[in-house]
This record gives sequence, C-alpha cells and structure tokens, in this order.
Amino acid sequence: MILKSHLELSRIQFQVWFIFNLIHKFMATKNWPLWEIFVRSKNGLEHRHFGSLHAADAEMALENARDVYTRRNEGVSIWVVESINITASNPDHNGELFEPAQDKVYRHPTFYDLPDDVKHM
Amino acid sequence: MSEEQIKNLEAQFEARIARDEKIEPKDWMPEKYRKTHIRQMSQHAHSEIVGMLPEGNWITRAPSLRRKVALLAKVQDEAGHGLYLYSACETLGISRDEMYEQLHTGKAKYSSIFNYPTITWADMGAIGWLVDGAAIINQVPLCNTSFGPYGRAMIRVCKEESFHQRQGYEIMLKLCNGTAEQKEMAQDALNRWWWPSLMMLGPTDAESIHTEQSMKWKLKRKSNDELRQQFIDQTVPQADILGITVPDPDLKWNEAKQSYDFGDINWDEFWQVVKGHGPMNKERMKARVDAWDEGEWVRDAAMAHAEKKHEKKEKLAV
Repeated sequence: MILKSHLELSRIQFQVWFIFNLIHKFMATKNWPLWEIFVRSKNGLEHRHFGSLHAADAEMALENARDVYTRRNEGVSIWVVESINITASNPDHNGELFEPAQDKVYRHPTFYDLPDDVKHM
Repeated sequence: MSEEQIKNLEAQFEARIARDEKIEPKDWMPEKYRKTHIRQMSQHAHSEIVGMLPEGNWITRAPSLRRKVALLAKVQDEAGHGLYLYSACETLGISRDEMYEQLHTGKAKYSSIFNYPTITWADMGAIGWLVDGAAIINQVPLCNTSFGPYGRAMIRVCKEESFHQRQGYEIMLKLCNGTAEQKEMAQDALNRWWWPSLMMLGPTDAESIHTEQSMKWKLKRKSNDELRQQFIDQTVPQADILGITVPDPDLKWNEAKQSYDFGDINWDEFWQVVKGHGPMNKERMKARVDAWDEGEWVRDAAMAHAEKKHEKKEKLAV
C-alpha cells in the first residue's frame, strides 16, 4: 500500500515536472531573441562589433542599441543582426583554416631580394 | 577525452594566458574557468542592476535640474553596464533568464554595498565618490583580464565610470562649502559609507578563497588588501580637501611605508550583509523581483507585436 502510494506520488511528481517543462519551453519561445550590434564610429571607418542585446524585433534592437551602446556619441550608424543568423568558424579548426597561409611567405614584399640601391620599391 | 588529454589541454590553456593571449568564447577552456567567469561576471552584472536602486531613490528629489540630469545619466549608465556584462556572460553559454533567476532566488550574489539605505541627498555624493571610487579601483585591472568579452565590456565601463565619481565628489564639495547643516550632512554620509566602501573591496587576503586562481587567470591583478590600501591612500586626501573627517580614530599616515595605517574592519557586519541580513537586502530583492514580474506583460506584448508584424510582412511577400 505504502509502496503503491509512493509510486503514485512519483508519477504525479513526474507529471508536474513534465508540465512545468512544457510551460517553460513555451515561455522560452517568448523570450526576446539576441542581436549582435555593429556600430560605425564615424564616416570613413567600418562598422565594428560592439556587443549584443535582447530585443523583440530588429526595430527595437536598433533603438536599444542606440541607448546601450551610443550614449556618448560613439556612433553615426548602427547595424543589428539576429545572433542566430551568424555562422562562425570553429576555433578547433583554426589549424586547417589559417595555417596554410603561414608558409606562403612569397605573398609578402619582404620575400623578394633586391639590392639596397634600388629606391622607391 | 582521456584525463591525460584534458591535462594537456589545460596546460596549453594556462600557457596561453601566461603569454597574455586572450581567450574567446568558442575557444576550449577548462570547466572551472567557464564557471568562475560566469559567477564573477554575472555577479558583476547583478551589482550594476541592483546598484540602480539606491540612487533611483533620489532621482525625483534631486535638488536641481543639473543634479537630476546627472543622476539620471548615471543610473542609465549602470543599466548599460549591467547589459554589457550580461551579454558578455551569455557568450559562455548561460542564458539571460538563468542569470535573472539566480539573482531573484538569491542563488547569485551582488555587491554587499547596495544593501545599505540612501537616507539623505548627501548619500548620492558619498556613493559617487566612495562606492564608484572603490569600484573603479576594482575594475581598472579587469580591462586587461584574460577573457576577451569581459575585458572589452570593462573597457567601456571604466570609460564611463569616471564621470560617476566626479559628479559624486562635486555633490560632496557643494555640501561641504554650504551651510553648517549641509556640511554636517556630508560628514554623516561619509560616516555611514566609509566602512562599507572598504568592505566592498572584498574579504582580507587570508579569507579570500578565490584569489590565487583568479590571479592566474588575470581576473585579479592585485589582492583585496592591496586594493583596499590603494583606495584609502587616494581617498583620505580627498576627504581633507572636503574638510570632513574619515570615521576611523586609528587612521594615521605612516611615513615609513608611505601610506595610511587604518583601524580594524568589522567583518562580522560584512558577512551578515553578504548572508542577506543587511538593512536593505529584502527590500532590494523585492524591488528587483517586482520590476521583473510587473514588466512581464510588456515583454510579452512586445514579442506578440513583433510576431504580428513579421506575419504581416510574410503575407505581403506571398
């Protein structure tokens, strides 16, 4: 009898846990997504990554970025990109990605031997 | 991964930091590094957010428009600092909601200093001068910490923090050059904020459990006691200029070591406040939780509106 009620109890606990998780999952979809913020400090310079923030949509992300990242004239232009749209390289693959450039010294001007008398080159 | 492989990776990792290389979020890192950073960065963010409350208390009662715009800007900066730090922390794989939950349930701590009440206008001066002063001393070395996103957030924070301290000192200066009553207010604020500000720099080195590891990871460059000494040495002359007295009878210039000797800190009080028994712990947490709960419908409405707009756009595209 005791055992049975115990089983019953753990089943109820499981159900509560399951429902709670469902609710949690549903709520999670209502969270504001993450946006990456890029700011051009002044004309002539590129947009640079400044940080990220949460916002309901792109418009709100722009407005929030204005308040969070440019309170002191830090920018003249803002880009916002939803973070999930960014594909990033994996640092674990840095070897195969970037090492091939290391032995291509002939891509640099110093690779070429010229006498010192040669000027303007 | 075998234990040996992990040890190997850890050794390489420590060597990178020793060479002053920065660690970025997607790099391999020891689990302890990740956890320590989540703890410290989220607590730092929480401190900025809770730190808005004691000062928010005085925005509507600021004595002039000049003071009001400055205080508003300062509190807005603190919100910004909290946001920089939360998003830097999120790069380590913890969600914003998880961090909020840790704060709201008391699992995560925030700086004990914000559990003291702000009862007069002079407290706005003392907080800017002393609390932000102590914060700057704590934060400047972090601009060069090993975790890239933390360092970048701290550079921005430190740039903005110096206005906070100057506006606080200006409030103190004005009060000290005002009527006798105003000067007394300034003295009273110094009396109440001095010791909590010293405690803010953390427990003594002997009691600080994380120091050694944090030094290795450049989360810390100087020990708590060194930072405290630096704070005292630079703040006492500032009190002299104001013409008010630091509430420590044992405070004395030590010619030999070229710095101040100071009295014993009441660490019992510090631990009491950390454990949640400070004068304002409950109120601060309630204000924070209420703000979050009462804002829920706004967050939901914004999301619903965004979805509706998105659907409309999709329909037009068809």
